[in-house]
Amino acid sequence: MIAAVKRLSFLPALLPLAGCGGWQSAMDVHGTSAISLKQLIILVVATCSVVWMLVMIALIRALTRSHASRLTPTVVDRGMARRMAIAVIVAVAATVMVITGFTVGSFFSTRALSAAGADDLTIKVSGLQWWWNVQYFGATPDQNFVTANEIHIPVGRTIRFQLEGDDVIHSFWVPSLAGKQDLIPGRPNELSVRAERAGMYRGQCAEFCGLQHAHMAFFVIAESQAEFDKWADAQRRPATQPTDAEAAAGQQIFLSKPCAACHAVRGTKATGTSAPDLTHVGSRKYIGAGLFETTRGSLAAWIADPQTLKPGNNMPLVPLSREELLSVSAYLASLK
Amino acid sequence: MRLIVLLICIVMLGGCEREERQLRLDPPIASALDEVKLMPNGISGAPPEVYFALNRPYETNAYNLDQGKRLYSWFGCSTCHADGQGGIGPSFLDGWWYYGPEMVSIFASIRDGRPHGMPAFRDKMTTDEIWQLAGYIQTLGAYSAKTAAPSRNDDKQSRPAENRAPAAILFDQGPTPVHPDQGPTP
Amino acid sequence: MTESVIGPDTRDAELERPLVDAALENTWATASGFWSALATVDHKIIGRRYILTAFAFLALGGVLAILMRLQLARPEARLIGPDRYNQIFTMHGANMMFLFAVPVMEAMAVYLVPLMVGTRNIAFPRLNAFSYWIYLAGGLLLWVSFVLDMGPDVGWFAYVPLSGPQYGAGKRADIWAQMITFTELSALAVAVEIVVTVFKQRAPGMTLDRIPLFVWSMLVTAFLVILAMPSIMVASTSLILDRLVGTHFFNPAEGGDVLLWQHLFWFFGHPEVYIIFLPAVGMVSTLIVTFARRPVFGYLALVMALIATGILSFGLWVHHMFVTGLPRLGESFFTASSMAIAIPAGVQIFCWIATLWDGKPVWKTPLLFVIGFIFTFVIGGLSGVMVASVPFDAQVHDTYFVVAHFHYVLIGGSVFPLIGGIYYWFPKITGRMMSEPVGHWVFGLIFIGFNLTFFPMHILGLQGMPRRIYTYQPDMPWHGLNLFVSASAAVLAAGFLLFFIDALRSARAGLPAGANPWDAPTLEWATSSPPPSFNFARIPVVYGAYPLWEQREALSVADGLRVDRRELVVTSLVAAEPEARESSPRNSIWPLWAAITTTVMLIWSIFSPWAVVWGSIPVAIALIGWFWPKRVPEDEA
Repeated sequence: MIAAVKRLSFLPALLPLAGCGGWQSAMDVHGTSAISLKQLIILVVATCSVVWMLVMIALIRALTRSHASRLTPTVVDRGMARRMAIAVIVAVAATVMVITGFTVGSFFSTRALSAAGADDLTIKVSGLQWWWNVQYFGATPDQNFVTANEIHIPVGRTIRFQLEGDDVIHSFWVPSLAGKQDLIPGRPNELSVRAERAGMYRGQCAEFCGLQHAHMAFFVIAESQAEFDKWADAQRRPATQPTDAEAAAGQQIFLSKPCAACHAVRGTKATGTSAPDLTHVGSRKYIGAGLFETTRGSLAAWIADPQTLKPGNNMPLVPLSREELLSVSAYLASLK
Repeated sequence: MRLIVLLICIVMLGGCEREERQLRLDPPIASALDEVKLMPNGISGAPPEVYFALNRPYETNAYNLDQGKRLYSWFGCSTCHADGQGGIGPSFLDGWWYYGPEMVSIFASIRDGRPHGMPAFRDKMTTDEIWQLAGYIQTLGAYSAKTAAPSRNDDKQSRPAENRAPAAILFDQGPTPVHPDQGPTP
Repeated sequence: MTESVIGPDTRDAELERPLVDAALENTWATASGFWSALATVDHKIIGRRYILTAFAFLALGGVLAILMRLQLARPEARLIGPDRYNQIFTMHGANMMFLFAVPVMEAMAVYLVPLMVGTRNIAFPRLNAFSYWIYLAGGLLLWVSFVLDMGPDVGWFAYVPLSGPQYGAGKRADIWAQMITFTELSALAVAVEIVVTVFKQRAPGMTLDRIPLFVWSMLVTAFLVILAMPSIMVASTSLILDRLVGTHFFNPAEGGDVLLWQHLFWFFGHPEVYIIFLPAVGMVSTLIVTFARRPVFGYLALVMALIATGILSFGLWVHHMFVTGLPRLGESFFTASSMAIAIPAGVQIFCWIATLWDGKPVWKTPLLFVIGFIFTFVIGGLSGVMVASVPFDAQVHDTYFVVAHFHYVLIGGSVFPLIGGIYYWFPKITGRMMSEPVGHWVFGLIFIGFNLTFFPMHILGLQGMPRRIYTYQPDMPWHGLNLFVSASAAVLAAGFLLFFIDALRSARAGLPAGANPWDAPTLEWATSSPPPSFNFARIPVVYGAYPLWEQREALSVADGLRVDRRELVVTSLVAAEPEARESSPRNSIWPLWAAITTTVMLIWSIFSPWAVVWGSIPVAIALIGWFWPKRVPEDEA
């Protein structure tokens, strides 16, 4: 078993080379509110840069102008003092004007951001140490479904995210789409997001939440309404039964080992709720809250030694033989 | 002053192991930890040598005890045992241990189950987790508070915090119900 | 000196100058020896200790910063694991804020304020000794626990529930909370001493408009400490109670509130920034006057700006909580107040530039640091205006943008003036000059290293890099800048290392300084370097804000104080007219015992609530010993 772990452990090292999916930048914007935030950021930074340049010019001039030698420091030229007083008053007045402008601008862009459309799609996101539980609501309760660490949304629709902290405080942040909002135990929050363009956007927890705060990422995938509906239909269905022998063996192992005590795979006896729902884990782009792209190899590596890849996370190292590891990873990869 | 610094150092060296966080248990050690030797009646016995070599980490280490607390809620212990007060399953706070208060007994109860309803968690938890949970449950029923014990939940209060020795408080509270000498044997 | 000359009630007016010095030395000096050193209440000795200890913590905190930069230089580095990293960044923040920045400013004040106002010792000198010991104990508690792998790992802000009973395993968060108690206790003690010293012990004639600006800034700071620190003491005590005895202050299920912690913490935490910054402002005003060779432009405006900053600083804590989902209107109010604090900051900057404009700059190391301060602090202030805007903050909150912002404010705004201040006052404290050429190198390395280290963090933040992450994945576009930042941090570290080496070398082998090497105008330069134990042989009398420039031939002095016991002049609050001769306490070992017993009680209380009961008995005994009437001269007054 150890040998199998060792053999597989080189896999995660190779994965990052496979390609980079998703950006995460407040400057690379594709959501309605992120776009207006970027405009605000550029405006404010530009204004502040000008202010800074002016102050520096004044400072350099003050230091380099030819100074009269001051033999008696206490004797002050009154005319000069009066001129300087006027200059300082003008500068302070200019400061007041700039910051008043900022305050008013900030007030109105805040108001613009909090306006939400009528045909909102509501998605509930819970932050947990160190992954994201995502709950979609259908027309009837049996249309509801749960997934983890990957949120699909239709382009051009306002999405209302209900944000709840279930253990400690986390912060939901997809910089390319919108600003962040905290998930606080006992205080549900909401955030409206609208993607203007299709694409895959990376998000990450922005509030320090313990050992694996660094590895608590997720992806928002914005797609056309048709693609979204297709995806949602697929997600609603229980897991497919394995067709090949290896995956079937993997399913048996999954259900008889500790895996099933924490994870759920709808349509099987695995109904654990303290870890991500794995019903369609094979269809998700990443595993381990954005840790690795989903492949059979990365699944095997992750199962073989989660505490080396993401030290301190709540998935235990379950001892599996080489064959067991291979079949379990085959089973999970088959859960499309 | 130097003497005091030295004194603080000595006192705290004890705390050193209590706070260290062993995030990954090597699989060979984990399987060695599984080798507990129980008495024939399932009560008490000897933990494996490696348990002592590691300096009884599941009784004294704060991180392990805290993980045990997490597992207590995750694995639904409260369904039967409530918040340690008991319900369908026995209470942990009344000062009475059907199978003795030793770690090996608690470990065996969780791993192998006990008659009349206690299920076996052998296939639901890893050895490391069973030990962590056992340590936490022993803390719940301890008469004197451990300094490494976790504290109250961020939840409705149903009993004093673990580090306030809830067992001692509840044990003193009223007449203890009559217990059989020991739990049922198969 | 013979007994026949120095009898009871001998006044300095009756004696010739050398005899006065000898008599005062006999009365005020701290004897050599281990126990005398522990018992001293001389503000200069305690201030020096305070400064040295704080700089030792700065060096240790710097080592932690270097460790973090090593870990973050490469993606997915395995140099430091998440558990240790969380301890390291928590320690770095807590250490720099509570064990370096606040204490070092108070330490400078403990040393300088009595000299600048022309008195012989700080008010409540034994409390001063006590505050140092408590501070040292708090620092040792934090660092010893870190070395033993039980350092706090919940961030210097210790947000619940992560630091609370359920998620903060072990004693780590308790140690953080109790360290707060230690440092707050010492800070409060010093604040009270400074207020009383400034209000009642100023030299005759030092009316309110003649108080040196550094003293003004420390006075405002002391009031900020007195008003802000109780909030954090309430918070950390509630946290400890939640964790140790199961109270429910922060438990939403039992009517507590998670956000309550953040309100309490930031109600302290934001003024804290100004507690660190305002003393630096005072230093800048002092240095600019000396090195521009001109009285400061806009004295009244500067004092008003200090006071306005102090008041406003209590009205903007919510800008640390803009993404917690508070009501929009409330957020807008705090945007406005956060922006408004830019006005007094602007007033100060403009007044300083005006002073330089009309002055004749003397290009010495302290002035370089002042210029570096204006350069970086304006950047930090402007990025502060940026994060004061709610929508702007929604993107950059908890990212490296904020890390960059507050390092610009704290290092650029506070540490630069402090290092400049050390170069400036080093000759006064040690009697020796620091090296001017090395000083230029120190400035160059620190200034360039600082900007190269922290400016790119603005960009990292906008690129989406969150704070407090122990690593990041290789497919994120951050590794180039992170490597650059880590390399630049080495330049910054080299600058600080050179500064420490220069300070240590100069303390032994620097050129002798003389009483007033910079031709500075304030009273601390009126006495020898280092000052004698009694500070001033005769209490100076001032007729302006710049006494040494205004009375170049000879400073007016007052006499009539007794030399056979510790005496100083108490003056009126506004006009500084002499009111009384007041005795000043002699050395005592009791503050040390009180500090030790308090330390035992506070640390013990982490492990058992009974410590508060049993541990308070030795504290009470120590305090009784401290205040027991001993028929000594100070009891007569």
